[in-house]
Amino acid sequence: MNQDDTGWIGIAINGARAKAVAALYRYFRDLDLAEEAFQEASLRALTAWPKNGPPRDAAAWLIFVGRNTGIDVLRKRARHTALPDEAVLSDTEDAESAIADRLDESHYRDDILRLLFVCCHPELPATGQIALALRVVSGLSVKQIARAFLVSEAAMEQRITRAKGRIAKAGVAFDTPDATERAERLGAVAAMVYLVFNEGYSSASERGENAKPFCEEAIRLGRLLLGLFPAEPELMGLLALMLLQGSRESARFDADGHIILMEDQDRDLWDRTMITEGLSLVEKAMRHGRPGPFQIQAAIAALHAEAKRAADTDWVQIELLYRALERMQPSPVVTLNRAVALSKVKGPQAALDLIDPLEEALSGYFYFHGLRGGLLMELKRDKEAREAFDKAMARATTTAEATHIRLHIDKLEARGRSGRFVYP
Amino acid sequence: MLYAILCYNDETVVGTWTEEEDKKVMGDLLAVQKPLIDKGTLGPVARLLPTTSATTLRKTAGEPLVLDGPFAETKEQFLGFYVVEGESLEEVVGFVRELAEANPGTGAYEIRPVSFYAPGALAG
Repeated sequence: MNQDDTGWIGIAINGARAKAVAALYRYFRDLDLAEEAFQEASLRALTAWPKNGPPRDAAAWLIFVGRNTGIDVLRKRARHTALPDEAVLSDTEDAESAIADRLDESHYRDDILRLLFVCCHPELPATGQIALALRVVSGLSVKQIARAFLVSEAAMEQRITRAKGRIAKAGVAFDTPDATERAERLGAVAAMVYLVFNEGYSSASERGENAKPFCEEAIRLGRLLLGLFPAEPELMGLLALMLLQGSRESARFDADGHIILMEDQDRDLWDRTMITEGLSLVEKAMRHGRPGPFQIQAAIAALHAEAKRAADTDWVQIELLYRALERMQPSPVVTLNRAVALSKVKGPQAALDLIDPLEEALSGYFYFHGLRGGLLMELKRDKEAREAFDKAMARATTTAEATHIRLHIDKLEARGRSGRFVYP
Repeated sequence: MLYAILCYNDETVVGTWTEEEDKKVMGDLLAVQKPLIDKGTLGPVARLLPTTSATTLRKTAGEPLVLDGPFAETKEQFLGFYVVEGESLEEVVGFVRELAEANPGTGAYEIRPVSFYAPGALAG
């Protein structure tokens, strides 16, 4: 090891963070205390590790030291309050003897799952869930998270504190979950991880580099989860989906931050390593013969990734997969996506017929009007297309979206001026 | 003699590297390999995808079991390998020492003499 390796100590600490904080949370049953204890242990690692060399098991070291420093904090607190909280103290003393032999992988597994699960408490709004997971589990700074959400640091700090308060009140189960409970937790956690990914993915144009950590952390959390539950096909699907979508990151926007549609992207810019990993996970998942929503979405992403050129895309298969997804998870947004595939297979009219009944459900949705406008444009119904694009424009949430629609409107107008089309 | 150099590290740590850190490590490792490439003593080099992408086939009395995940659950995972030609173990240990220095943090390299080697004929 090099002497200038303090930076790499930081990396080792980060790598062990989820395990260590999760174990400390089980131990102290208090998110703030778990974080504080981990922080303190990390500081000690920065001085101890360069001197004594890195420990064989960084997580175990941090848990051990964190546990002791956390107990110190509790003792100090107890001294400052009128009545020492004997219940908490004795509880931690009991756990102390147990912790040493409880550090095997299966305990890490339930600890980490619990830590992630409390972050996706149903009472927390989506942004609260994402912020909390990134702060507590991934260890991003409040500043980083605030920047990605485009809010002030103070506002984000408050949001996280409030989220922690709700969790503390909610009452979390600390006993080892049974199989059903574990499966339920896993489902909620997987959805939350995808939420983190999507938050970064969908906002990449607005927030640029600031959004990147969201996607990276989500992928990391996906790997962590799959590592803990290696035979869960839906977790393979989740990780594959994020990898395959993330692989297109460098190709999605032009130099001015404008959206480049998948069919126009330079496929050489797609990240081959991520695609390879994603495809291998889809393959592994399929062998289980237990399809789920993440697996199907990953399979769709895989078909896109496998097409050398946009024209090679297997739209027939994609349309079938969306049909399967519709059955499994009926939602107007899924139908909207199927309509895109259907337009490639059966033409714009068939797609339009499919989405017209969705008008009421999706009237506030940017993509609905954007797609509808595109289909009408293909059908040369320019006046209606213009109306749809105007509606999309009004519902755009990012400048990239608005610019994209603007381009279509410009095309329509150019077409109108050329005199080839006369509005009725 | 031919030696295989098997690389082990904690993949959760390796997975924490940023893209830039990862690139830097790969660049530093390539610099260490360069003299061997020039001498013509470096064989195949492979970096494996994370163990979450692994599938394990275990032979049993009946049908072999195909399992998800790596063969062994360990704190450090098998992440890649080199095959090199060396005059002596000492020489190979020297090379591995340089690899270890270019590679940050902890980890381990297992040096194993090769008893049978077929270079194969992969296209590209």
